[in-house]
Amino acid sequence: MLQILNVKGTVNFLRHALPISIFSAVLVLGSIVTLATKGINWGLDFTGGTVVELEFSKPADLNAIRTNLSTEAVGGAVVQNFGSSRDVLIRLPVKDDFKSEDQVNDVMDAVTKLDSSVVQKRVEFVGPQVGKELAEQGGLAVLVALICILIYVSFRFEWRLALGSVAALAHDIIVTLGVFSLLQLEFDLTVLAGLLTVVGYSLNDTIVVFDRIRENFLKLRKSTPEEVVNISITQTMSRTIITTGTTLVVVVALFLKGGTMIHGFATALLMGIFVGTFSSIYVASFLAIKLGINREHMMPVEVEKEGADQDALMP
Amino acid sequence: MVILIIAIGGFYAIPNLFGEDHAVQVVATRGAEVSASTLSTVNEVLKSKGIAVKRSELENGQLLVRLNNGEEQLVAKEIISDALGDKYTVALNLAPATPKWLEAMGGSPMKLGLDLRGGVHFLMEVDMGEALRKMSEAKVADFRTDLRAEKIRYAGIRNGAKGIEIKFRDAETLAKAENFLKSRSNDMVFVDKTVGDDYVLVANPSEAYLKQVKEEALQQNITTLRNRVNELGVAEPVVQRQGAERIIVELPGVQDTARAKEILSATASIEFHMVDQKADVQAAMSGRVPAGSELYQRRSGGPVVLKKAVMLTGDHIQGAQPSFDEYSRPQVSINLDAKGGSIFSNVTKDNIGNPMATLFIEYKDTGEKNADGSVKMKKIEEVISVATIQARLGRNFVITGLEHAEAQNLALLLRAGALIAPVYIVEERTIGPSLGAENIQNGMQAMIWGMAVVLIFMLVYYRGFGLIANLALTANLVMVVGVMSMIPGAVLTLPGIAGMVLTVGMAVDGNVLIYERIREELRNGRSVQQAIHEGYGNAFSTIADANITTFMTALILFAVGTGAVKGFAVTLMIGIATSMFTSIVGTRSIVNAIWGGKRVKKLSI
Repeated sequence: MLQILNVKGTVNFLRHALPISIFSAVLVLGSIVTLATKGINWGLDFTGGTVVELEFSKPADLNAIRTNLSTEAVGGAVVQNFGSSRDVLIRLPVKDDFKSEDQVNDVMDAVTKLDSSVVQKRVEFVGPQVGKELAEQGGLAVLVALICILIYVSFRFEWRLALGSVAALAHDIIVTLGVFSLLQLEFDLTVLAGLLTVVGYSLNDTIVVFDRIRENFLKLRKSTPEEVVNISITQTMSRTIITTGTTLVVVVALFLKGGTMIHGFATALLMGIFVGTFSSIYVASFLAIKLGINREHMMPVEVEKEGADQDALMP
Repeated sequence: MVILIIAIGGFYAIPNLFGEDHAVQVVATRGAEVSASTLSTVNEVLKSKGIAVKRSELENGQLLVRLNNGEEQLVAKEIISDALGDKYTVALNLAPATPKWLEAMGGSPMKLGLDLRGGVHFLMEVDMGEALRKMSEAKVADFRTDLRAEKIRYAGIRNGAKGIEIKFRDAETLAKAENFLKSRSNDMVFVDKTVGDDYVLVANPSEAYLKQVKEEALQQNITTLRNRVNELGVAEPVVQRQGAERIIVELPGVQDTARAKEILSATASIEFHMVDQKADVQAAMSGRVPAGSELYQRRSGGPVVLKKAVMLTGDHIQGAQPSFDEYSRPQVSINLDAKGGSIFSNVTKDNIGNPMATLFIEYKDTGEKNADGSVKMKKIEEVISVATIQARLGRNFVITGLEHAEAQNLALLLRAGALIAPVYIVEERTIGPSLGAENIQNGMQAMIWGMAVVLIFMLVYYRGFGLIANLALTANLVMVVGVMSMIPGAVLTLPGIAGMVLTVGMAVDGNVLIYERIREELRNGRSVQQAIHEGYGNAFSTIADANITTFMTALILFAVGTGAVKGFAVTLMIGIATSMFTSIVGTRSIVNAIWGGKRVKKLSI
């Protein structure tokens, strides 16, 4: 039998809980600081503006493109490579006096002078109003998701565990956002989708651990809450590693092979999965312990679990 | 049962294997009809030019001609377009090459989003401010005529900051006017705002009426845009409302956004002319048109000579509804704005008993460009109806002598002619076809790599049970594709492919949970059968809880996201549902079939 983890006995995870919690707190604080100082590099979806993606027939000279973009309509344009040296992305801010199509026309005039066989691969324009609304809706979505989860987990488990899991999720979101802010990676709608997926994924992990904690509280009557948590984490450790591993594999595949348009999405997932795995072990469980979780809290839910007739669903 | 469900999923996934045919689509416009004779005309023309037709079919009033390759498709489009003339719109299309028998059973491949097939996406916003302004202007005119007719004297009516302000000289008239107006227009709310000697009555639209005005403006714009999009000759366009003030227009395959925009914002208009009864139609057709008149074609066919002088333009039309007269004959009731009403009443007074024609003018894209790069537009003028003036006409009148369907169409055209409120583009996304193909390729690559590594790992780590999990994983993917193909509204986008890839990584979680539990039970010294039972039983609630929460976030994402992100949420939700089924029920049935009821000493896990 091939095994990744072959642990004899129980690992005392919570022994490291305090220093790790401090580390987490530092991460969260650091993220908030970068978010406050550097802010987020909001993508087109949220700021509004125009993006033109071009494919040149030979490696593009970005500086030449910048100098050629001289008209007033395209002032303040950001020119960068996108994926390969031949692909160029040009971002144009919203200008009151110019229409998006005028801006795109100016860009095309400028670049065809440099390379007559340049191909316009993609043009996106988002009005500033739409962008603002998307940003509001996005923020709302994350909040609603967290509240729904809080309600569901309280209903299925117990409020202390629910609070622990939501704290872990908030931790994941803040740290992932912090990394996006620190590296000034572009934050667009797909990244938001990635972030919400991370929420779902991280919760997945937390619930697996919590489920075992609940089970063990009922089984191991003589153990202290700390022991129960340690045992539960140890028991689910190999599952956590395997699932994280397979998910990471596909996310890395997306990151490397998925192309530039979902790069942001894959990046958010990649970071979120790391942070999420770690937080569901430490942040969620540790907080639940600190909130004074014990055996009595688990009793009423057991009745309900018995009620869920599992065998009926099997063929 | 399990096999049946997977088989159904698999069956509906099959159409995705066939790819697409290059095709040309023919749609009738302007009163023409696509019929079996059109079909045979097209087939003959193509045959005579030596182009092989793979299959041609007539469906839902559309003609679809499948060809062997892209080059022949372009040539065929030109040929068909020349042969049928401008009563038909001929468009290039990629038709799914699903075999007939499969199609008959409801099988069709997944629809691809714009980011995968290329095209333009517009989000247009209706200028509601303009719609409301027009509405209150009309109300001002209404009040004026109503009060005058009732002989209630007012000092002035104007559109003020607080609403429509009507001034009176004394409180008595104000009260009388208020009573009268309230009984006449129940869609307005009247408030007495008299200060000192300033007797002012303020009228504002009621909430319900405001909503109705906005709704009508939006609906009318959708109708107009839909008509124009149909004229564009795009295969499978989408025109759909989003929220209270916005309209989504998606044009797959269209690359030239400038052209698309010009057509969407192109104007159509209506003019009323008198018919020149003295003119000889035959003479006019051979070129001798009397001075001051012009020869036009009727939409229903046949020439008619109209006087050049325009009686009234369509800008004055505020509404047009199909209705029935007292003998239940179809008619179209038209109402004009105040200015239009007075012009019309003057002109019609002198023309009672004479026929009047409604001329529909539209600018249609020719597909060619002028020297300066702008799109060459062709002016198309058609007489849509000729009716005799029965009496002096005012602001409200009816056009009779129409068939039921004609009345419907005329009302639509009259309304569509002049937009109540202008639309402007607030979001635009254009994806080139090469980028679309690249996106599909990238997505598939990621899928293949991710899936391969996961499959190998599961096989090595769990051996026999790993193989079962891999079967479940493959079945899961097939089912996701099958369900996506079955749901009519589901669209595959690039994030959607990412969602599928992610499902592959996360779907094994169910199996990992179960298998780890079985191993644990075995370590604790349970028998093989007991371990399997315990493993599945204990893992179930965990898997359910974990999946339900992920499903909830996907649902929220679906509610908030637009276009591509919605696609991701959909695949994720479907993936969660199918993976729960395959990883719990699917693998259990295989396990039971192999090890069930037997005395097994050792498990391959």
